[in-house]
Amino acid sequence: MTEITIHHYLILSALLFCLGLIGVIVRKNLLVMLMCIEVMMNAINLTFVALARYFNTPDGHVMAIFVMAIAAVEAAIGLGIVIMIFRKKESIHADDYRSMKG
Amino acid sequence: MILQKNPIASAICLVISFFSLAALFALLNAHFVAILQILVYAGAIMVLFIFVIMLLNLKKAELIHDKMSSLSFFALIIGLGLFGFLMMKFSLIPLVFFGETSPSFGTAQEVGKSLFTQYAIPFELIGILLLIGIIGAVLLGRKDTD
Repeated sequence: MTEITIHHYLILSALLFCLGLIGVIVRKNLLVMLMCIEVMMNAINLTFVALARYFNTPDGHVMAIFVMAIAAVEAAIGLGIVIMIFRKKESIHADDYRSMKG
Repeated sequence: MILQKNPIASAICLVISFFSLAALFALLNAHFVAILQILVYAGAIMVLFIFVIMLLNLKKAELIHDKMSSLSFFALIIGLGLFGFLMMKFSLIPLVFFGETSPSFGTAQEVGKSLFTQYAIPFELIGILLLIGIIGAVLLGRKDTD
């Protein structure tokens, strides 16, 4: 019997989260690192929605909407910082940002 | 997505995964969240990312010198370790099939009712956070005028 259960969704979301985490650690391109953070937030959204279906309440959907709003703010601020730093250093390689001094 | 050399290719892969997740949300009867996923993520956030990638106008040399860091082995260990830990925890959840839901489950009406009654204060706080985010992004993005 192959029916989709809560486990399939949770495993997929754990997989997505771990892929995003590996991406954040491995990649040096700041833009790709921000994208990996988006993937991690999406994995959390999937967990919330799957558990909302499991417990039969709309609470998880509300939380998923909040996570989406926070992800949007984070992307806007993160990209703003990347643009600002790129104007100064002409690079988006994370290793070039070692010194805190502008 | 994390193996692509070119950030644009990564962004396109990310769009595909956002659409796939929207389909999964729709399969979970979360129609409103699925629509929001397409509008907010695939619409707004991805446009922002692709716009910034194009705006920064990266040189070829910069993309080539962007190679995997020496931490990749370490990262793989951490990622697989976390995945194994989560699997161990998941195996404790009893195997239950999804029950039937009411027809209104996951619609904008149902989610909105919960959003504006039980979660009204967090909703307002998220609005303030978005406002702060807008102001911060404008301040960060403007050229130095001093």
